[in-house]
Amino acid sequence: MSALVNVVRSMFLTELLSGMALTFRYMFRERKTLNYPHEKGSLSPRFRGEHALRRYPNGEERCIACKLCEAVCPALAITIESEPRDDGSRRTTRYDIDMTKCIYCGLCQEACPVDAIVEGPNFEFATETREELYYDKNKLLANGDRWEAEIAANLAADAKYR
Amino acid sequence: MPKLTINGTEVTVDAGKTVLQACEQIGIEIPRFCYHDRLQIAGNCRMCLVEMEKSPKPIASCAMPVNEGMVIRTNTAKVKKARNGVMEFLLINHPLDCPICDQGGECDLQDQAMAYGLDRSRYTEHKRAVPDKDLGPLVETHMTRCIHCTRCIRFATDIAGVEELGTMGRGEHMEIGTYVEKALTSELSGNMIDLCPVGALNSKPYAYTARTWELVRTETIDVHDALGSNINVNARGREVMRVLPRLNEDINEEWISDKTRFAYDGLRRGRLDQPYVRKNGKLAPATWKEALSATAGAITGAGGGSIAAIAGDLACVESMTALKDLFDQLGSPHRDCRQDGAQLDPSVRAGYLFNTTIAGIEESDVCLLIGTNPRWEAALVNARLRKRYLRGGFRVFSIGPRLDLTFPVETLGAGPETLEAIAAGGHPFVETLSAAKRPMMILGQGALARADGSAILAAAWRIAVTCRLVRDGWNGFNVLHIAAARVGGLDIGFVPGKGGLDVSGMLDGASSGKTQVVYLLGADEIDVRRLGSAFVIYQGHHGDAGANRADVILPGAAYTEKSALYVNTEGRVQQTKRVVFPPGEAREDWSIVRALSEAIGARLPYDNLAELRQRIERAHPHLAERGVAPGAPWSSFGHEGRMDQAPFRSPIDDFYMTNAICRASETMAACSALYVGSTAGKTGTHG
Repeated sequence: MSALVNVVRSMFLTELLSGMALTFRYMFRERKTLNYPHEKGSLSPRFRGEHALRRYPNGEERCIACKLCEAVCPALAITIESEPRDDGSRRTTRYDIDMTKCIYCGLCQEACPVDAIVEGPNFEFATETREELYYDKNKLLANGDRWEAEIAANLAADAKYR
Repeated sequence: MPKLTINGTEVTVDAGKTVLQACEQIGIEIPRFCYHDRLQIAGNCRMCLVEMEKSPKPIASCAMPVNEGMVIRTNTAKVKKARNGVMEFLLINHPLDCPICDQGGECDLQDQAMAYGLDRSRYTEHKRAVPDKDLGPLVETHMTRCIHCTRCIRFATDIAGVEELGTMGRGEHMEIGTYVEKALTSELSGNMIDLCPVGALNSKPYAYTARTWELVRTETIDVHDALGSNINVNARGREVMRVLPRLNEDINEEWISDKTRFAYDGLRRGRLDQPYVRKNGKLAPATWKEALSATAGAITGAGGGSIAAIAGDLACVESMTALKDLFDQLGSPHRDCRQDGAQLDPSVRAGYLFNTTIAGIEESDVCLLIGTNPRWEAALVNARLRKRYLRGGFRVFSIGPRLDLTFPVETLGAGPETLEAIAAGGHPFVETLSAAKRPMMILGQGALARADGSAILAAAWRIAVTCRLVRDGWNGFNVLHIAAARVGGLDIGFVPGKGGLDVSGMLDGASSGKTQVVYLLGADEIDVRRLGSAFVIYQGHHGDAGANRADVILPGAAYTEKSALYVNTEGRVQQTKRVVFPPGEAREDWSIVRALSEAIGARLPYDNLAELRQRIERAHPHLAERGVAPGAPWSSFGHEGRMDQAPFRSPIDDFYMTNAICRASETMAACSALYVGSTAGKTGTHG
């Protein structure tokens, strides 16, 4: 009996038809794929993307050169040099992150006592040369200025879980 | 010897010790802020509370003397609660600015808050803020962080001997300060930075430049004076970031002078980092090959009799030995390590050592200073003298200028006539000196570095013999050197050989054209104008006086950049270690001489440092033992002669500007301008 059923199935190509029926059904379902450069998926407020150095609302840079991020960085990607600024405050003269070394673990932002170094929501910073991935203080501060609204919103969203 | 019980363990301690010391004896650590081994007991931080049986309240263990039958507990809940309470009170007014505080990472308060602090503050009222004080160019203050342990006050008053710090106000309004705002006038002020248990007193030159955890620590010794203080040099990458003291009870205890601590920025400035050769009257950069062949050409052209070598104040034993060996091979007896012209007798070792040893000062009861200002020549010898003075029964006399040594000094006279009177036995002081149980004499370079120095040395020897300064188990005759290289140079015989010229002879020879080539091994303190038209080779690490005059510059290594031997004023052999590499093309000094010997064609018979050290130790067995001052047999030295009547004066006019490293240092320049220069001591009302 079962041999007969198999013959009938293979003669009428039922497997092929059921496969095509599944494909046809998906045409009426909601699409899961994104048209990436034009459409983007949602990100968690805790997403760890490109680094940025933030400023206070009055424009003063937050970083106080405590070097805790440098100390905690497991990949030794951060290099900081500091000295007293003219007004006597403790500031960095150099804040470099080697993005090719960075493993995006987020320990630097965990260590920061003033929320200065953060990993923002930006993940689209691929470059054509390695040199462009050696970030300096100006690049990081510029990142902060560019992403401040998103970063601040993410920090506010995550604040109650900290 | 009272016996007490601590946590159930019976312990016997010396009478007069405190409970805290008794606990330390059996390895129980008691937290403390105000207590310090070397300072007087204050008992004001209350962190060291422990429980004592039959006492209703916990006791401050640092201030409680031990008693027979005491029962102490340090690990009960009551003790923990008491300490937690003290910690919470201390943190009421202490700012939580650890991330920007230079003490962060090596802070007593931070460490102990981990053990006794709450994880959050219960205090919601206003915190106290205190204006910062200006204590000069070395010590930076953040007075809001102060917890009023008064360690700095006790250090300044007792050890440094300058009563300049104190407390003002009471309770909430208590402040530490100088009352009238002024810079601290002590050569030891940097030690307060180490003593401060919090970040209230910090190093100004080091401010905000590095964190403790990124520093590489190397234990080495200091060369800014002749004591060879034990230091810990902290470096980050290729730069020396700071210098800290290291414990050595025989030399520096746990203090160092401000010059030792703060002159390190001179190691970055004015360095010779490549060889130079003078072409058409101007120094031009050259390769090692060019520089060595120019040097070799000049030396072989001149021949043995007309070449001379002078070793400077920072030269190590290795480089001097190599240079001496080279000059021996070339047949030149003209070499000298006493660039100040001190008339020391190199044949009798006891005649140029600090025989009593620095620690031995504490056993003496009468001290005679001759032509020396220990406060500037060796700040830590002065601190030992003061320590001995504070214990009582100690009198200090001086022949030389009137000095403020932070303790009373009775001036007997100004110059050699007083010395002659004592040596002849007619002076009333002879009785005082002879009657003393442990008399000592410190002969300074101010008395020896003069034309009649040898006669003065002979007179000092006569006093030492007639007043019995040298007796069983005691040698009270001391020469205080000011240069780290000097004793090493005298030990290996870097002095004129048979028929050789001394420094002034060489300079005269250079002026008259008899000496054609002068080799300066880091010698900057000579009168370079007297070098005349001689061909000058300068080997050293700084572009100072010698390098400016030089025809060839061979860049060497500073004391933090080489492993080298130095012999301190007591005759103690110690070794520096390499902390960082010499800058640019600069090389270790002995290897430069070795390379030069090959260029000349008189190859020295050692290829590495170990072989050179073996050669030194074979020729001078007493240099083989490190870290000890075994002394030397007593014998006669000095040459009797007529003494000039000019008064003695200290060879150091400016404590902060004594060698090429200090002169390149910005910090030392600021200190010199403030404490020594024309504006020193002036207030706003001085014109």
